[in-house]
Amino acid sequence: MKLPEIDLCLIAPEIIVAAFGFFVLLVDVFFSKRENKAYLGWISLVGIFFAGALAVTQAGSVKSGFEGMFISDGYALFFRITFLIIAFLTVLISMGYTQREGIAFGEYYALILFATLGMMLMAAGTHLVIIFLGLETMSISIYILAGMMREDKRSVEAALKYFLLGAFATGFLLYGIALIYGATGSLYLKDVASYIASKNLLRNPMLLMSLVFLTIGFGFKIASVPFHMWTPDVYEGAPTSITAFMATGVKAAGFSALVRVFFSALPGFRPDWTSIMWLIAVATMTVGNIVAISQSNIKRMLAYSSIAHAGYILVAFVAGNDLGVSGILFYLMAYAFMNIGAFTCVILLGKKGEENTLIRDYAGIGFKYPLLSAAMTIFLLSMAGIPPLGGFMAKFYVFSAAVKEKFYWLAILGVLNSAVSVYYYLRVTVLMYFREPEREITGLQFSPAAVAALVLAVIGTLYMGIFPSNVLSFAQKSIAGLM
Amino acid sequence: MAENIGTLFQWLIFLGVAFISILASLLLVTRKNPIHSALFLVLNFLCVAVLYILLYSQFIAIIQVVVYAGAIVMLIVFVIMLLDLEVELRSGLKFSYTKLIGGFLALFFFLGIFYAVVAKSPTGKIGSSYTSENITNNVKAVGEVLFTQYLFPFEIVSILLVVAMVGAVILSKKRA
Repeated sequence: MKLPEIDLCLIAPEIIVAAFGFFVLLVDVFFSKRENKAYLGWISLVGIFFAGALAVTQAGSVKSGFEGMFISDGYALFFRITFLIIAFLTVLISMGYTQREGIAFGEYYALILFATLGMMLMAAGTHLVIIFLGLETMSISIYILAGMMREDKRSVEAALKYFLLGAFATGFLLYGIALIYGATGSLYLKDVASYIASKNLLRNPMLLMSLVFLTIGFGFKIASVPFHMWTPDVYEGAPTSITAFMATGVKAAGFSALVRVFFSALPGFRPDWTSIMWLIAVATMTVGNIVAISQSNIKRMLAYSSIAHAGYILVAFVAGNDLGVSGILFYLMAYAFMNIGAFTCVILLGKKGEENTLIRDYAGIGFKYPLLSAAMTIFLLSMAGIPPLGGFMAKFYVFSAAVKEKFYWLAILGVLNSAVSVYYYLRVTVLMYFREPEREITGLQFSPAAVAALVLAVIGTLYMGIFPSNVLSFAQKSIAGLM
Repeated sequence: MAENIGTLFQWLIFLGVAFISILASLLLVTRKNPIHSALFLVLNFLCVAVLYILLYSQFIAIIQVVVYAGAIVMLIVFVIMLLDLEVELRSGLKFSYTKLIGGFLALFFFLGIFYAVVAKSPTGKIGSSYTSENITNNVKAVGEVLFTQYLFPFEIVSILLVVAMVGAVILSKKRA
């Protein structure tokens, strides 16, 4: 019996994030008298920044450690940076919002950090237990964050609904993992793949069943149809900053694990999963976009739009070529900027006791709050896929990957869906600029941190639209060695 | 001769326990009173624990009793006590399409897993299995693996537990 080699440098970014999470918890105890908890947000930002800097120093090297359970490769690096950007923006938009809504607790920031830690483990784990534990660390933190507004019935409903359904999804995922273990005797992704290849287990019913269970488990986390029922209620009820975090971070983490597991552990089953995912992708895009049209609450509309976006990303997953997988990474990064940006606008347009989340409320704000409306317009147009914004390039890569692999129908359905989506995104824009306001929205307080997040999101969305090649080549380098 | 009796005895215990556990789970899903269901759940867990012992896995058996029959059932009973079940009890079991579809899906998954597990014998690499000779190593082996090979997941679990505790406190503590 000997201890495994412990290479702490390998998990340095994760350690920093976890340590700052505990630090925030502790500092909060010592200064519990302070009403304003924004300083904890700043501490978290410092931690996230350090973790990101450390992650960047590991760029270019591929190192595996902890008995081969954890890998720090380009793929992990890309997702670490994506998650840290998401966490950074989320903390920025939270500082004013939590104070306003009376949920300013130190634990709030600590839980965001722990959730980020879970996401990072999901992307870097090469052992199914690590991926599972990362997923649970993330999920449990999010369940709690979703229910932070205890006085608000919708928030409690969101937390409970997400928790119960999430627990079932976890059960499915574990069942899938157990069946993989039964069929191969290993939980290391690489070992699973080589064992399947050497024993020719491609028609093994146990593995096919595990494929179904994994699809359900991950499908829930990325909110794909038909595992999407929870999304609108949870996104509507949760605090808006957490909704932004869920729609971007949880989705990105779900995809990071899905891609890693399917492409490195079960590559032989590609024909099988392609046909399932084709159907799921089409259903997800269509249901998301069509139901989004009839929504009257902007948070619900963005929830359905986030379902639709999961569908677009699944198109790239089905294509599964180099462009497709790097397109997934690009898409998730672009989506992080535009979606958090859109939710920031939703946050800024509300005030204490008056959330203003009905789409009607957006009528006529275009001239009253010109900069806020301009930013919102940029994010909505980007989500609709209009050049020269990040969302357009993301969709372009995704659909061209599908065309390259001769999934013509999938690409056509995707583009049609994208056209449908323009309707409900533009409707908000039209309301903002061409309608008289139904009632005055006054006394908005723009928290400086949230405005900073808004500016960062605008810059990110524009940058990824105008100079997409930088991020795309980074994404392409990241997936080397994955497939 | 003595060995044969031992094997026979094991078989008898297995058959008895397996029968009781299936019966308990059937009663568990058909009882109207949720407390009765919870009690049958305990019975089912205990039977499964005995099955683990028959497989020489005392560690899993102990965990089964402590965690499932103990902690989880406690949680379930707490939830039952917190919820107002009078309405549910009065309305009784009603037919609904959700239940029908859910039933079909459950049956479908059951058949799928059943086929997957039974159709072919498990193909995985087989590690050292426990027999009546080396059963003493059971807990030790788990502990060794847990603190060497699985040290990193073990540490992640500790963070996971902290998160769960923080959540329990923040969602339930009194706010000024």
